[in-house]
Formats: sequence, structure tokens, C-alpha cells
Amino acid sequence: MNSAAVLHHDNYLGAGATWRSWLVTLDHKRIGILYTITITLLFLIGGTAAALIRLDLLTPNSEVVSVETYNKLFTIHGVIMVWFFLIPSIPATLGNFLVPMMIGARDLAFPRLNLASWYLFVAGALFTIYALVAGGVDTGWTFYTPFSTVFSNSNVIAAVTGVFIAGFSSILTGLNFIVTTHQMRAPGMTWFRLPLFMWSMYATSLILVLATPVLAMTLFLMAIERAFHIGVFDAALGGDPLLFQHLFWFYSHPAVYIMIVPAMGVASEIIACFCRNRIFGYKFMAYSILAIASFGFVVWGHHMFVSGQSAYAGTVFSLLTFLVSVPSAVKVFNWTATLYKSRVRFDAPMLYALGFVGLFTIGGLTGLFLASLGLDVQLHDTYFVVAHFHYIMVGGSVMAFFGGLHFWWPKITGRMYPEGWARFSALLTFVGFNLTFFPQFIVGYLGMPRRYPNYPAEFQVWNVLSSAGASILAFGYALPLMYLMWSLRYGERAPANPWRAKGLEWQTSSPPPAENFEKTPVVTEEAYAYSDAEPAHG
Amino acid sequence: MDHIPFFPERASTIASQIDGIYFMWVALSGAVALAIAVLVVYFSVKYHAGSKADRRVTADAAAQERRMHHIEIAWIVIPLVLFTGMFAWSAEVFYHGATVPPDALPVYVVGKQWMWHLEHPSGQREIGELHVPVGRPVELVMTSQDVIHSFSIPAFRVKQDVLPGRYTTLWFSATRPGEYHVFCTQYCGTSHSQMVGRVIAMEPAAYASWLSATAGTPTMAARGAVRFRQFGCSGCHGANATVRAPSLEGLFGKPVPLKDGRSMIADERFIRDSILLPNRDVPAGYEATMPSFRGQIGEEELLEIVEYVKSIGNVTQ
Repeated sequence: MNSAAVLHHDNYLGAGATWRSWLVTLDHKRIGILYTITITLLFLIGGTAAALIRLDLLTPNSEVVSVETYNKLFTIHGVIMVWFFLIPSIPATLGNFLVPMMIGARDLAFPRLNLASWYLFVAGALFTIYALVAGGVDTGWTFYTPFSTVFSNSNVIAAVTGVFIAGFSSILTGLNFIVTTHQMRAPGMTWFRLPLFMWSMYATSLILVLATPVLAMTLFLMAIERAFHIGVFDAALGGDPLLFQHLFWFYSHPAVYIMIVPAMGVASEIIACFCRNRIFGYKFMAYSILAIASFGFVVWGHHMFVSGQSAYAGTVFSLLTFLVSVPSAVKVFNWTATLYKSRVRFDAPMLYALGFVGLFTIGGLTGLFLASLGLDVQLHDTYFVVAHFHYIMVGGSVMAFFGGLHFWWPKITGRMYPEGWARFSALLTFVGFNLTFFPQFIVGYLGMPRRYPNYPAEFQVWNVLSSAGASILAFGYALPLMYLMWSLRYGERAPANPWRAKGLEWQTSSPPPAENFEKTPVVTEEAYAYSDAEPAHG
Repeated sequence: MDHIPFFPERASTIASQIDGIYFMWVALSGAVALAIAVLVVYFSVKYHAGSKADRRVTADAAAQERRMHHIEIAWIVIPLVLFTGMFAWSAEVFYHGATVPPDALPVYVVGKQWMWHLEHPSGQREIGELHVPVGRPVELVMTSQDVIHSFSIPAFRVKQDVLPGRYTTLWFSATRPGEYHVFCTQYCGTSHSQMVGRVIAMEPAAYASWLSATAGTPTMAARGAVRFRQFGCSGCHGANATVRAPSLEGLFGKPVPLKDGRSMIADERFIRDSILLPNRDVPAGYEATMPSFRGQIGEEELLEIVEYVKSIGNVTQ
């Protein structure tokens, strides 16, 4: 204990090992770790629900669970995975850890607010878990009215209260990141020297701050309609059920970008580092992140082409949706072009990043099918949609999250992870993911609706394939959980910069001291100045 | 299981148009995905760390910068052009699907947790089953008694949400006799996945004999005429009424000038709204004296009255 304390007392992990030292910490790095532990536990709940769903879908008749239970399971899965895992995943964990480090700051602008955000998040999660334990919720994560306000007999208000509270955590984190990026950059760190991860955090924060309040209002209106029968959405009370969908998707479509834009940032860091190249078209990449974040606010109606929305509104939303696809396409082309004349190495983070590019590409391309008005009529609310958004939100975001976790693991923990196992699980995740979700595109075009525990027998073969893939995917996710924990004690000690990466976070020790940098760094070069620094032989 | 299905049955006129867009996207996105995969693998092999590939870049930094810009512009413009084309094509198909042909045979649908009630103008009522003739457009006029549902027939490539409080429509023209799945595709509660049914598309002759075999019930319009008296509508709107209320004969499908200067077409939705929200769209020349029938009249009764008003609308045509 003594020798360990001597060894660690000069880094942020050694600055106190008591529960209290963690629970009242104002250190952004420790708060990042608190989030990581919290969302990992929540991921296990959401993942268990997913496993039960896939198990039940092995047969055309719901045999494992009752239809009521099935409805509650997909609600748990959606609510937990969207609001309590994916939205906070990269921003609250890696973002919290890296935003100050990448710009050469000692902490976020408002450290106390940062801790408060975590407590709000935990409070929200507890409310929602209470709702799920106390009988469950059967509305789906979308809470469509008037089902949610009048007809559901489940614990709707408690569940949305949790989401409502967690929303404030999002807003405050976003605010913190925006102020930090504006005010706390080290000397020489101009906007166009920011790593793309910083651009992605900045854009994500703008969405968090602008969109989340709309969700809060919407859920509030829904709750008062349910509790006090004040007619807002219920047609029988003079409300409009489609109004709820407009308001809900005004938040929930940008929310998709809250999940995917950070993943784009992570992938850019990893690809640049393992290619030893500047990201191709750096400025286009930064602008495209901003373009995606802003266009993302005006495409919500593409969730409503067959809802009864007017055909003219549908037309406008379809066109705008095609426009938002252009910057996404640009990003994929630029990542590919970064490989050109590179010196590429295939360590585990790079395998995850390439997996991200592949899965994001498929997710993006299938989004074009859905943006096409006539075609969406067939695809809407089928498994095609389920497959599409899992490719983006799970294939894309989670793959990048794991890549980032491996990439910065030495910096965060001061330990190396076992490389062989990590490469194996990157591969396993990629294969398992495709086997799980690719069959769903096919069964979707065949017409299998979402949220169906009972389905016609001719769809079974695709569901069996999908469930088989899910069991592989489960191993792909479980393995890193095990070997990363193992590495905390047994992993090789990490040097300050094991990847010879650029970026200020690599210029300080691993793990960093509590104040991040011994003295404030001065930035003299652009992000990813790899080729200049490299000897010709690589 | 005798075969593995890759592709849904195609049994309506619009199905092949929608499949055309689908196959175009499969081809385009397949080509793009393949191109990216090939490039990633090729670069990964060629520029693997330690390989002896030529990595020299031109010394002229400005020229390099210009070339990069051209590449960026190219891969912004090319997708943009492609997307605009696909947008226009799919919008056109969508409008075709959204425009009900004037000669369509109407069928009225009420969705409720968790079944579909259907009613033909000739009086037949069905639950979870819909008999239609092939080769003739059929229009479904739909509403919900409780939550939002969605009426979907994958083999016909049609789908439309069914809302409480208003009418939505969809139409199709079946091309092949057979039985096809009907799914509720908007999550509607516990037994959502059991809110299924089937469409039975029949040759015209078989359909005609189905109609006559199931005849004997009064037509929808006849039932609507009974409701029209029962709810007291005829007191003001009847042929011999003396109170100032518009006559409904010859009304259906015509434009109605409103008191506030707007004008509306007297379609199913207008008639429904005039019964439930009579003071919202008051016809020009009349006072807002009609009481609302909201909460007193069921969706199916309402549809029968609509069909009755429709039937007297056609008298003068």
C-alpha cells in the first residue's frame, strides 16, 4: 500500500482512494470515470433486455416471455440504451476526460457543475430503473400519444421523470464543454488547430443545449396530460396526437447526431494516429461536423412520412434529409483518403475505427433508402428501420466508443490492455454485429413490423440468423469488459505516449497528474502534424 | 420451410414502382460500399507501415492544396446530384401513392385495440379481413377509436397511420388474386403483434359472387340514413327542413365557401369535422347554431353518416 501510494500520489488516480474522494471529486478525469462505471452498469441492463428479446424472437410465437413482458423489454432496452448509455457514452466519459486535456486546460470551465451533472444523471437513472422494476413501462422508448397518456396502464410518469432529470445532466455538460472550448484553450490552440474530436464535442454540445430542452417540455406536457387530463396531444380532449411526434422527433432526430458525431471525432483521432497522416481535408471535416449538427435540426419529419403529415411537408423533409447525407458521405470519403500514402498499423483501436467506418457506411447508405419518400412507405416501422439505426447507433457509435476506450486506455489508467485479445474482440464485434443486423434489412423489406413478438413463420429463418449473431456480439462486448478490468492490475505499465500520437493529452504522463499538465503547453503546430515529424522510413 | 424468402410478393400496381427505387438503391449503395471496401483494403496493403510504397508528395504545396480542394468539391457535388435525382423519383412515386384515383371503390376502416373493423358501402362488415377485386383501385378511409394504429399491406407496398380524431386514406389496385398479410405497424399496446389480418384479392367474377353471397344487410348509406334521422340531423338538414341549415344534397366533393372567406372541399374529413366541430368551419350564409355531436356518436356510426351524405351527394351528378 505504501509503495503504491508513493508511486501514484503524483497522478490523479492516486490523489485519494477513499469513496469520499471519488464522490466529491471535481476532477474532470475522475468524473469521466464515474460516468464510465455508471453507463457500463446501465449497458448491462439494456443488453440483458436485448438478449431476452433476441431469445424470444427465435420462434414465431412468443414462447420465452409473454407479449406484455416483451413490450416492457423493448421499452427498457430503448430507454436505457438511448438516454442512459448512447447519449452520455462518448461525451460524458471520453469527452469529460479529454476535452480539457486536448486543449491544454487544467479542468472544465465549471468543475462543480460537472459533478452536479453526474449526480443528476444518476438520479435520473434511478428514477427510470425504479419505473422498470415497479411493474415496467410498455410504451416503447418513443412514448407516442395518446397511447402513453391515456391507454397505457404502466409506469409512464416515473420513467419520463427519469429521462427529464437526466436531460439536465446533458444540458449542463453541453454548456460546460462549450464554455471550456471557447475560454480555456492553451496559447496557440486556434480553432483550426483543434483536433476533430474537439470539433465533434463542440458540435454535440450545441445539439445537447439546443435540443434537450424541447424533449424536457414535450415529456412534461405528456406527463401533465396523463396525470391531469389537460388536452395537448389526445384528440378526445381536443389535442393533436401528431404534435407529440413533431416535438419528440425535433429532439430525437438531433439526438442521433449526439450519438454519432462524437464517434466521428474518435474515429478521426484514431485513423490519423495509426495512419501517421493528417486527416484528409481537415477543414472540410470540421465544417461537415457543424453542417451535420445544424441540418440535423430540420429533418425530424422524415420519421413521419406515413403518419398523416401532409405530403408537402414530407417532400421538404425528404429533400433536407438527402442534404444532411452529403456531409456524412464526405466524412467517409475523407477517412478512406487518409489511408492514401499512409504508414498504417493495425492495432486494436485502428481495427475498431475501421469497423466503425464500415458499419457507419452501411448505416448511412441504408438511411438513403429511408429518406426516399415512396420507398419509405414500405420500409417505415419495419425491421429495415431497426437494422438501419442499429448500424448507426450501435455499429457506428459503440464501435467507435470501444476504439476510443482502447486508444486512451493507457492514458486513463496508466496500463496497457492485452493487444491480442483486443484485436480478437474488435473482429468478433464486427462479425457478430453484421450477422445480427444485416438479416434485419431483408426481413424488413419483406414487411416484418417492429415490436412484434409474434410474427409469420416465413420470417423465422432471418430471425434465427439474427439471434445467432447476437450471441456472438454479446461475446464481443463481454470480452473487453473482462480484459480491460484485468489490465487494471496486470496490464503492462503504459508510457506517456504509447502510440507516438500527436495531441496535447499525449504530452503529459500516463496517468496524468491531477492538474493535467506540469505547466500550460504552448501549441505551435496544426493538429495531426504526423508526416512532418516522421522519418521517411516510418 | 420450403424456401428462404428474400423478396416480398408483388401484388399491386404501385409495388413495381417502389421496388424500382429499392433496386436502384441496392445497386448504388452496393457499388459505393464495395468501392470503399476495396480502397480501404488496397490502401491498407499498399501503405502498410514498413512497406516500400512511394509516399512522396509533390513539393508544390499550393498545387497540392488545389488538387485536394477539387477532390473535395467532386465528392460533394456528385452525391448531391445523385441524391437530387433519387429524391425527385421517389417523391413522384409517393405523390402517385398519395393521390386517390376518382373511380376508387371506398372501404371504411376503424382500428381499435386490437382489431380492424371494415365496412363496405354495400353493407358487408368484416373483422380483420378485407375482400377486394383485382384490377380496380380501392380506397381505404380510416380512423381509430383509441390509439394510433397503422394499416400496412407489404405485398401491396402500402402503409398509412390510422389516427384517432381524423380520417386518413390509402389506396391500392391489386394485380394478383391471393391472400396477403395485413399488419398493424404502429405500436398500439399489449396485443399489437396480434392486430393482424389478411387481404383477399379476388378476380372480379369471384368478387361479384362474394358480394352477392354476403348481400342482404342494408347498405352503409341506408344505415347512415337511419342514423341521420336518429341523431336528429334530418330536422335541420333534411329536404323539408325549415331551420336555416345547408341542404346536403349534391354536397359531397364540392367546394364549400365558408363564412370567414375560406373555401373547403366537402370530403369525408370535412363532413366528420362538421359533425364533431360544427363551429370551426361554418359555411357562408349560415350562423354557427349547430350543436356538436362529439362524444355522442361512435366512429362506425359516423362513417355510415358520411357514406349517406356521400350517397345523396351523388344523386345530382
